[in-house]
Amino acid sequence: MASVFMEGNEAVARGAMAAGCNFFAGYPITPATTIFNNMLKMLPPRDGVCIQGEDEIASMGYCIGASMAGKKVLTATSGPGISLYSEHISFAIGSEIPLVIANVQRLGPSTGSATRGADSDIQFMRWGSTSGAPVIVLAPKDAKDCLELTVHAFNFAEEFRCPVFIASNKEIGMTKESFDMDDLNLPPLVERTPYTGTGPYVPFAADPEKAPPFLPIGGTTLVRQTSSTHGPDGYITIDPQIIAAMQQRLHTKLTAAMDRITLYEETMVPDTDTLVISYGITSRAVTDAATALAAKGRPVSTLSLKTLWPVPEALLAEKAARFKKIVVIEMNLGQYVNEIKRVLCGKPVKFYGQMNGTMIPPAKIMETIENE
Amino acid sequence: MNSFLNTSRPPVFCPGCTHERITKSLDAALIKMGIPDHKTVIVTDIGCSGLFDTFFNVHALHGVHGRALTYAAGLKLADPSLNVIVTMGDGGMGIGGAHVLSACRKNMDLTLIILNNFNFGMTGGQYSATTPSDAVVGSEFLNQAEIPMDICGVVESAGASYVSRISGMDDGLSDELVSAMKHKGFSVVETLGLCTGRYTKRNQLTPKVIDQMIEQRPSPGGVIEKNQRPEYGDRYRQLAKEKGKFPDPFVVKKQFDMPDARRHEVVILGSAGMRIVTAGDMVCFAGISGGLNVSIKNDYNITVLRGQSVSEILLSPEKIGYTGIESPTVVLALSDEGVARRQKIFATLSPDTYVLKEASVAIPDTPAQVEEIDFKAMKIKKTDWALASLAVLAKHEIVLNKDMLVFALKSRFNEKVFNLSMETVNKIL
Repeated sequence: MASVFMEGNEAVARGAMAAGCNFFAGYPITPATTIFNNMLKMLPPRDGVCIQGEDEIASMGYCIGASMAGKKVLTATSGPGISLYSEHISFAIGSEIPLVIANVQRLGPSTGSATRGADSDIQFMRWGSTSGAPVIVLAPKDAKDCLELTVHAFNFAEEFRCPVFIASNKEIGMTKESFDMDDLNLPPLVERTPYTGTGPYVPFAADPEKAPPFLPIGGTTLVRQTSSTHGPDGYITIDPQIIAAMQQRLHTKLTAAMDRITLYEETMVPDTDTLVISYGITSRAVTDAATALAAKGRPVSTLSLKTLWPVPEALLAEKAARFKKIVVIEMNLGQYVNEIKRVLCGKPVKFYGQMNGTMIPPAKIMETIENE
Repeated sequence: MNSFLNTSRPPVFCPGCTHERITKSLDAALIKMGIPDHKTVIVTDIGCSGLFDTFFNVHALHGVHGRALTYAAGLKLADPSLNVIVTMGDGGMGIGGAHVLSACRKNMDLTLIILNNFNFGMTGGQYSATTPSDAVVGSEFLNQAEIPMDICGVVESAGASYVSRISGMDDGLSDELVSAMKHKGFSVVETLGLCTGRYTKRNQLTPKVIDQMIEQRPSPGGVIEKNQRPEYGDRYRQLAKEKGKFPDPFVVKKQFDMPDARRHEVVILGSAGMRIVTAGDMVCFAGISGGLNVSIKNDYNITVLRGQSVSEILLSPEKIGYTGIESPTVVLALSDEGVARRQKIFATLSPDTYVLKEASVAIPDTPAQVEEIDFKAMKIKKTDWALASLAVLAKHEIVLNKDMLVFALKSRFNEKVFNLSMETVNKIL
């Protein structure tokens, strides 16, 4: 047996390289900086570009320009940087620019605690842009997940032409661990669909449930890209019908593909009445708690979500159906539990969350379940 | 060559607006450049200057206020063959000031045309970074409390390698734009113009006054000799080419059978400069070489050179779930600062826990078995205490043995450092 030994942030960088990433721009911030450091070692030898922006806003701007030239781009930051990314995340959503954003979360609000972890930004990543149009958010639980989910993130960004977040956390990003590379399960790479039609290229012409085909700025066909509300031709428009169709498509291109976007792990134990739902680093403590509870004769089933947004509603409804009790554990004071309550309307949902810069230990999870 | 103007989208500026003259001059300049339409990109942001991309049949990227230079830089780095032109108003220049300064310092081959008409036209004539203090604007009196910015002065001092100032109505504008585009490096052309809709009605600004302004503050003249240097993209690619090879992931193979392959939780309590994190890595390498799963979390002050340095390591034959320390099997107490950071654990340790305490370090009462070692008396430097304590563990065959430690040191260090490390290890073993 041979194991690699790396922190989650290095694994994100390696996942990006495996996905064919050839452009990175970012700005230093703890605990995300080592993604930048790793990309700076990995991209130049592969003829990629890795630069440090003058700030977060610029870093995303560089990524937007490079993505429109056809590059696969990654950037990495933490909560305070996501705040600054916001205007460009909106641009990328509305103008269908593929981007992968690693958010190595730390404790907020604001400057918060630079070296203390929390799943602080779960709602912020989904709603921290104008208009409310959806994004994809994937949550890794360990270094191996960081590598695998980053490849998925690039695939989704390319296919759906949208920003995709990796919702990492200081506790994953800066914890080094061993894993067997032979266990990696990487999906086949997805590339942006190029426009191959014979007629004139209309940059935002698309099926109602899909992203438009792509041509790069700089190719022989002229391309228009705009941050303004636009019609299929890429020019600003005030036509309500055209606006409505574009806005609707931004939603349906993701929701129509929910089945494929939904990634998760489960341990369903027969004859258990409790399902524990979690994500990220917390789901590892949930697994330990479930093992300990089984040893005590009180087994539970577990569901670890890797796709947080769009909310995997069908999955949640299906998996929770047979359980009497649902327990949700989060490393914040309750950001995702409300989505679960919404989907499982009427079902009793118990919640434990904490936000004190430390991970939730298995004993606390056991206590929450046992005091049911 | 024919015009690059988009006949289906004619300019929509107010009558008498200088932007229309600049649009035509830019078209004339592009014709003179003689490069194909698909090799030029016009990048814009918000406001009247942000309309420029729609008037031309070239690639177009229109984005958020003040950020045009960032998209332009991404495009140019991704495709160095492009002729990238950025138009920005005095508003965009003000809001995106950090990007303007950064672009000057980088010297990427971009052409920035600043359309300075001394106010925010599109939103109602509010004052901008270039509005004179005595101008009458839509921001009541606020501009009277500030002074306007000298764009050319700022960009020249920030390192732009081509800087000029010209009236937007000047017949020589297209030639000026051609020389800016031909310059390989960051070019800034500040055009001064009239905002007939919002500014000139309330202020004495005519083409003649603009000419006088330029006479009083003449153009820096294009190429700035003192700022000449390699273009950013060329320089980046040259430096990148010289930089190393792709770093393969660090792989450790199982090669030892551990006598006691059970779960261990190891806590190393030290201070900055004691190579605590390196020692933690060594324990992990050793653990993987013994076929275990490992994880390590490090805790140190962000000021780095002072304060505690703590490593928490898990080794387990099972897959590691929770990565926190729950019941340490080994605690290495190597400095008071490190001990202070985790002092609560000492009372909770089990009688089976092995605690190694350096003689100079004080620890709280603990039920654990404590071994005190005087590394100082053994003439081991403080920077090697963490390494020496691993040798003590190897001696007792706790967590690792000598072969595993030697393997770990060999994996991480070059020959010279390895030999030095072995000198310390051999003092213990």
